[in-house]
Amino acid sequence: MAIILDKVNYIYNEGLAYERAALKDINLTIPDGQFIGLIGHTGSGKSTLIQHLNGLLKATSGTIYYNGEDIYDPDYSMKVLRAKVGLVFQYPEHQLFETTVLKDVQFGPKNLGLPQLEIDLRSYEALKLVGLGEELIDASPFELSGGQKRRVAIAGVLAMKPEVLILDEPTAGLDPCGRDEILNQISKIHKEQKITVILVSHSMEDVAKYVERLVVMDDGKVAFDAAPKEVFSYYQELEKIGLAAPQVTYIMNGLADSGLSINRNVTTIQEAVEELVTWWNSER
Amino acid sequence: MIRDITIGQYYPTNSFIHRLDPRVKLIGTLLYIISLFLFGPSYFVRSIFGYTLAAAALFTIIKVSKVPFRFILRGLKPVLFLLMFTVVFNIFLTPGERELFRWKFIRITDTGLKTAFLMGVRLVLLILGSSLMTFTTTPNQLTDGLERLLNPLKKIKVPVHEVAMMMSIALRFIPILLEETDKIMKAQQARGADFETGNLFQRAKAMIPILVPLFVSAFRRAGDLAMAMEARCYRGGEGRTKMKPLVYEKKDYTAFLYFIIYFVFVLLLRKLVTA
Amino acid sequence: MKETMIDAKQVVFEYIRRDEEGNVESVNRALDQVTLEVKKGDFVAILGANGSGKSTIAKHINAILVPTEGTVWVDGMDIAREDKIWEIRQSAGMVFQNPDNQIIATVVEEDVGFGPENLGVPTEEIWKRVEESLKAVGMYEYRSHSPNKLSGGQKQRVAIAGIMAMKPKCIVLDEPTAMLDPNGRREVIQTIRQLNKKEHVTVLLITHYMDEVTYADRVIVMDKGKVVLTGTPKEVFSQVEIMKQHKLDVPQVTELAYELKKRGIILPDGIITKEEFITALLNCVKQKGKEYGNYLR
Repeated sequence: MAIILDKVNYIYNEGLAYERAALKDINLTIPDGQFIGLIGHTGSGKSTLIQHLNGLLKATSGTIYYNGEDIYDPDYSMKVLRAKVGLVFQYPEHQLFETTVLKDVQFGPKNLGLPQLEIDLRSYEALKLVGLGEELIDASPFELSGGQKRRVAIAGVLAMKPEVLILDEPTAGLDPCGRDEILNQISKIHKEQKITVILVSHSMEDVAKYVERLVVMDDGKVAFDAAPKEVFSYYQELEKIGLAAPQVTYIMNGLADSGLSINRNVTTIQEAVEELVTWWNSER
Repeated sequence: MIRDITIGQYYPTNSFIHRLDPRVKLIGTLLYIISLFLFGPSYFVRSIFGYTLAAAALFTIIKVSKVPFRFILRGLKPVLFLLMFTVVFNIFLTPGERELFRWKFIRITDTGLKTAFLMGVRLVLLILGSSLMTFTTTPNQLTDGLERLLNPLKKIKVPVHEVAMMMSIALRFIPILLEETDKIMKAQQARGADFETGNLFQRAKAMIPILVPLFVSAFRRAGDLAMAMEARCYRGGEGRTKMKPLVYEKKDYTAFLYFIIYFVFVLLLRKLVTA
Repeated sequence: MKETMIDAKQVVFEYIRRDEEGNVESVNRALDQVTLEVKKGDFVAILGANGSGKSTIAKHINAILVPTEGTVWVDGMDIAREDKIWEIRQSAGMVFQNPDNQIIATVVEEDVGFGPENLGVPTEEIWKRVEESLKAVGMYEYRSHSPNKLSGGQKQRVAIAGIMAMKPKCIVLDEPTAMLDPNGRREVIQTIRQLNKKEHVTVLLITHYMDEVTYADRVIVMDKGKVVLTGTPKEVFSQVEIMKQHKLDVPQVTELAYELKKRGIILPDGIITKEEFITALLNCVKQKGKEYGNYLR
């Protein structure tokens, strides 16, 4: 079971003088349980793409299948799709509106028309998943810190029990510590709940550390789609489309160019340490 | 959909109309609006002439302004409902002598049709004319113009500068807040919110998840903006100079002349045609 | 000896929350005995996690906030003096985080002219300043655009031009890149560096991105309202452990050197660029080769 995009096109302001193709013939298969990174510079079409996956934007042409069903079929319920494909927007804390944290998290499951017991169960579970302490459950979401607000907002989507979780730059504006906490939490949720996670990010270091598959968008098209290691080995091509590899990849390449017999294809510090220590011990 | 609203937006291009002093455009628009109200349903033929004259003047100005006609027409979209309402209201509720159609309590008279037609035309001309002014004048020029025109009111302690500043800031933030509304709506829809079904009460209630975040954000922006303005030494109108001071030039006097000629024609028409 | 631009001595700032009757409900000490000095023409960065007090100190320099205890002097003026407030704000301009919330006008050039207008600068001089500052940030060709159509990085450059047009001696930038994408961040940092080098404007950059401070003359690290570390980027980043304690990152290359040290490959402290790392590692290998040679002998 999976999400399949078949020749998806999307044109903004169709028919007007300033129409612009945001997605061009996208073919993509997203199998269950993957942790996918989606990168591309601003305007490459990645935000447009993720809004198609839960039906917020409708493709100008092409089809999207969710678990084998055409989501553009008139009988297909968008409401059900949106519960299954949870989308956390950039700066999600800007959508909080309720008087307490708990009520805000309940908004999603309530919209699904679930029984109260189920709503409560899911809400508490979601708050636990994002690591928010019980003492904050009755606090006003507007009095929390930036990082806490963001967790509440993410919990609001998790409470709908999505099978696919999409996060649009969940770490934007957070400091290094807040960033690591959120990403570790997401990684944990991915492992424990066994759900598909799509992480939109600008940080090559972050995607290299967490994801198993990397989709690179450029000018409305998929430019690369492979494991991070493979994608980053094309760092010169990435630079041409305004992206880069993690700094550590550049260091290893620089060392290899200076004549060291080491593997260039390294994307995290941990790997680099192992690689260099092995090399060091064999060197004399 | 929400971003289709073009009223109050500036269309940047360089034309004779764009370069005019905003005061000329404000006064001209005012004269134009008055001229529209000088014609009404009581003299049908005269009003047809009058609106033809107004439309001709308007289309000439649109042509000169280089704003694409399609762009201006889009400004009508959001008020389509109001337009239809006016027309329908006038068709069915205007009493008249000659009855054209009658079914139960619904009756349509010739006066009704004529009135509906004229009112529809008037509204369209009114909206097109006033939106043309905002298309060709930056909000800052507009408020500058208003500030200067209303300056005499300062003597009776009307805070003209403050009001003008507030207006220009409002205009700057309208597109930003519209975009933000769009974003919040999508975010709540992603959480299963439904804005399309239900009765009036349910729909009104469904707006809360949009309105609360929108207000919170608007207040945050207002606070930020106030701080940024203070940091840039803003302390009211006193002692401020202008980067673009308003000075009437030859072209402005020419434009004034055209407006006056137009208005004289309107008055003559009123005097001479009595049908 | 360079003159002093900003001189903060033992600054304490407390956010006091009061209940409806005006009684003190809680006191939050945002700044605790902060002392720092910025010389004219320097590029100084304040690095700190969220809630470290770095933005609070920035707001003092522009006299938006006034210290509860201690003193802040900007360009020889005590910021607590209300009669000097506009002079202080003119000589120390401030750029904020959200580019949308600091652009007032609907046309780029009009926004840049806003500051000089407030200062009562004559019209002709305003136009000259607007042109100069837009050119200095590389946004001159966008002068008649609407800010709404610009990218985040471009908007922030317009905001910087708006400050430059007031001819300040010093610019304080309060997390100017926090809401931008990598390209926007690069644009803004490059612009700031250029203004510092070419126009000799004193820069105080507040940020939590460590890669933005590698070019600073001096870095001040703050945490929980206190200055915890200060020095050149090299000196600061060589304290990997202390940086991590204060919830901050170091560049990947510095972290790599630190991790290698733990595993017995000893590289010199304070490596912050790729080139330094490569040179250091190659030297290290030569050294090892020599030692090995000596050992064989």
